[in-house]
Amino acid sequence: MTLGQMAYDILSLGVPFSVALLLAALGEMFNQRAGVFNLGCEGIMSLGAFVGFLPAYLARSGSLGPWADLLGFALAAVVGMLLGLLFGLVTVTFRAPQGIAGIGLAMLGTGVAGTLFRHEIGGVTGVEGVANLPIPGLSRIPFLGGVLFNHNPVVYVAFLLVPASGYLLHRTSWGLRVRAVGTHPRAADTLGIDVNRVRYQALMLGGALGGMGGAYLSLCQAKMFADDLVAGRGFIAVALVYFGRWSPWGVAAGALLFSLAQSLQLSLQVWGIRFPYEFAVMLPYVLVIVVLALSRSRTIGPTALGRAFNREMRV
Amino acid sequence: MNEPIRELALEGITKRFPGILACNRVSLEVRRGEALALVGENGAGKSTLMNILAGLYQPDEGSIRVNGEVVRFASPADAFDRGIGMVHQNFMLVPSMTVTENVALGMKALHRRIRLDLKEARRRVLEVSAHHELPVNPDAPVWQLSVGEQQRVELVKTLCLGARLLILDEPTSALTPQETDDLLDRLRRMMAELSIIFISHKLNEVKALSDRVTILRHGEVVFHGSTADHSTAELAALMTGRDVVQPRNEQSGAPGREVLTVRALRVRGDRGNLALDGLDLDVRAGEILGLAGVSGNGQRELADALAGLRPVESGSIRLDGAEIAHASPRRIIDGGMGYVPEDRHHEGIVGPFSVEENLVLKDVGKAGFSRHGFLRPGEIHRNAEELRERFDIRCSSTAAAAGTLSGGNIQKVILARELARGPKALVAVYPTRGVDMGAAEFIHGQLLALRRSSAGILLVSEELEEVMALSDRIAVIYKGRILEVLASRDATRRTLGLLMAGVPLG
Repeated sequence: MTLGQMAYDILSLGVPFSVALLLAALGEMFNQRAGVFNLGCEGIMSLGAFVGFLPAYLARSGSLGPWADLLGFALAAVVGMLLGLLFGLVTVTFRAPQGIAGIGLAMLGTGVAGTLFRHEIGGVTGVEGVANLPIPGLSRIPFLGGVLFNHNPVVYVAFLLVPASGYLLHRTSWGLRVRAVGTHPRAADTLGIDVNRVRYQALMLGGALGGMGGAYLSLCQAKMFADDLVAGRGFIAVALVYFGRWSPWGVAAGALLFSLAQSLQLSLQVWGIRFPYEFAVMLPYVLVIVVLALSRSRTIGPTALGRAFNREMRV
Repeated sequence: MNEPIRELALEGITKRFPGILACNRVSLEVRRGEALALVGENGAGKSTLMNILAGLYQPDEGSIRVNGEVVRFASPADAFDRGIGMVHQNFMLVPSMTVTENVALGMKALHRRIRLDLKEARRRVLEVSAHHELPVNPDAPVWQLSVGEQQRVELVKTLCLGARLLILDEPTSALTPQETDDLLDRLRRMMAELSIIFISHKLNEVKALSDRVTILRHGEVVFHGSTADHSTAELAALMTGRDVVQPRNEQSGAPGREVLTVRALRVRGDRGNLALDGLDLDVRAGEILGLAGVSGNGQRELADALAGLRPVESGSIRLDGAEIAHASPRRIIDGGMGYVPEDRHHEGIVGPFSVEENLVLKDVGKAGFSRHGFLRPGEIHRNAEELRERFDIRCSSTAAAAGTLSGGNIQKVILARELARGPKALVAVYPTRGVDMGAAEFIHGQLLALRRSSAGILLVSEELEEVMALSDRIAVIYKGRILEVLASRDATRRTLGLLMAGVPLG
C-alpha cells in the first residue's frame, strides 16, 4: 500500500467522523460565547441520537424513505432545544452552578436515552441510515473528490455551518448581543439588552446543534443506536471549544484533528500494523489532552463564562 | 433625536435591598441646561438612586417625572428613549469589542434587522464625536484605550444613544488631574445642550461644575441648595454630619536613617512587560514618602515586590539594611515590613474569617496566640478587643466575618493588624480609596502617628490631596521609574499633575 493510499484512507474516513463533534462543538461554542458553560452536551447528544434514530427505526419496513431521517434530525433538534431550555431554567433563571448542573444534564440525557432504548427497542438494531450523496463533478476529482465530496449530505451542511456561524457571531446584531452578554453582561444590561433572554436563545441554538450531532451518530455514522453510542463525544466537544478558542474555524480544526487521529487509529488496525491496540484507541484522547495543555491562551475567552447574571448583585 | 428634558423630577423614591434601606423618600429635580451635583459618602444611596433613574433598578415607592409626565422605566432602553443616559463609575464597555461595536450594542434601530449595520453606527459615532469635540477612534478595540479615552467613549456612546440628561457616576475617580480639568471643561461646554447629574465626593469638583447640590446621607436628602452659596467646608460638614478636619503632616522632626532602599529594581507585570524598569527609591525612618502617579505605571508591581509577592528580575531591595529582593513573604514580614494592600477584600483579609482571626493572621504561629500548634482563643479574643477599641473598628462583634464589614472598617482591621506589629517600614497602597471621609480621616491620623514613632512609610496614592497633606517628600512614578522626588512643600497640584503625565520638570 502506498503512502498516498494510506493518507486517502485516513482522510476520507476522518472527515465524516468529525461531523458529530463539529455540530455539538459549534453548539457549545454559542453557549459559551453567551457566557454559559454547558457540560450537559453529552446528555443532549445521547437523547438526540435516540430520538433521531426512532422514526427511521419505526418506519424501517415502511415507505417513508429519506423523510424518516429528516424527521429524525428535526426531532433531535427540537429535543436538544428543549434540553437547552431546561438548562437555561436551571442555570440562568435559578442561577445554579453551571458545572454541577451540566453533569446533571449529561447524566439525565444518557440515562433517559438508555432507558427508553431498552424499553422501546431492546436490542441493537441497524437502520439504513442516510445514504451518500456524491457531488456531481466534484466527487470525480482525484484524491480530493473522495476526501471532500463523496459523503452523506449532512457532512456538507455541517461544514457550511462553520462560515455561517462565523457570520452569525460577527456580522449580525444577535451575534453582537451574544458576544456582549458573554463578556460583560453588566454593560449589555445598561444598554437595555435582556442578558438572560440572549442566554436562553444561545442555549436553545446550542441544544439544537448538540441534538443534531447526536442524530448524526445514530443515523449517518453508526447507523444504529446503543447505550454508549455517544461515548464521551459530548465532553470532547466541550474541550474542542477551548481548543478552538471560541471561534468556529478553530472548533472545526479541533474536530478534524480529533477525528483524523481516530481514523488513523482505526486504519492502523485495519492495515494490521503491529501496534498495541489499547494505545491506538487512546491516541485521539491523549492528543486532545496534550494539545489543550500546550496551547497557551493568546485570545481571552468570554470573560463572564460560567457566571450567572444578577443585576442587583453589586461588585 | 429625543425631546429635550426641560424638567426632571424624582419624587419620594424609596428602594430597599435585603437588610438595607438604600434610598428613603428621596426627591430631587433638575432643569434644562443645569448641572446638579449629587454628593454623599459611600453607601449614602447616590448610585442606587441614579441606577433607578437610568432604568436599571425599580423603585419600591415613588415616581419619576419627565417634563411633567410620570414615566416608568422597565429597562435602561426605556430611559434612553426619554433621553436619560448614565455613565457608570466602572465603565460599561465590552473590552474585546471596538468602539463602534460598543455603541451599536445599544442602538435599537440596528437590532431590528438581522444583518448588523456597523457603518451606520460608525457614522453616528463620528458625528457625535465631532459635534461635542470628544475625539474617539471608532475602530479601536476598547481594551487598547487608556482610561481617559475610555471615558470619552462612554460619553460618546451615551450621547449616540440619545441622552439629553447625562448622569455621571464619579467620573473623575480614575483620571489624572489634567484629564479631570479637561473633562470638567468639556462638560461645561456640553451644558449648553444638556443637563447633567454629577455624583461625586470631591467637593472641589462639585464647586467647579455644578449649579446646585443635593446631599444624601444614609439614603436621605439632608441638604439641597445652590452651590455658589456654600463653601466646601460647609458641604463637607453636611455630608458627614459633623465638622471634618483632615489631619495634615506638620513636617516636624528630622527623618532618620534609610529603612527601605530600592535600587535599579526591575519587575515584570502580569503580561510579561517590564512594569518596573530600573526603579530607585529611599524611605527614611520617621517620614512619609508619597508615591504619586496614574495607576498602572508600576505601583502595583512595586508594592507586590516589596511585600515579596512578585518575583524580582534584578535589582535590590533593602529593609533596614537586610536584602529582601528574593526573600519569601514570611521573611519580609518577620523583617519588619507592614503592608496595606491595594485589594483589601482579597489580599488584606480572609473574608469569611472572623475579625479576631484576621487580626492575628500574620502572628498566628507565634507564642502568644498559639501553643504547641493549638490556638489560644482567649488571647486572640483579648487582642481583638484591644485593637477594636484602639482603632475604632465598628463591628457587631469581633467574631463577625471580616468580609461583612464596610470598606472603611475592613481597612481599619488591616491597619490595626499591621500597626500593632510595630513595623519598621509600612507600604500602604491606596489606603483610603473608596472609604468614607470619617474613616479616611482616622486612617490618615494613624499613618501620621506611625510616622512619629519613627517608622518609614511609603504611601501609594493617586489622590493628590492625600499625598500632599500627608507626605514629607513626594516621588512621582511614571512608566516604571521614579521621574522626580520633591519635598512636599515644593509640590503643587500643577507640577505633580505634569509629572504624573510624564512631563519632566524643565
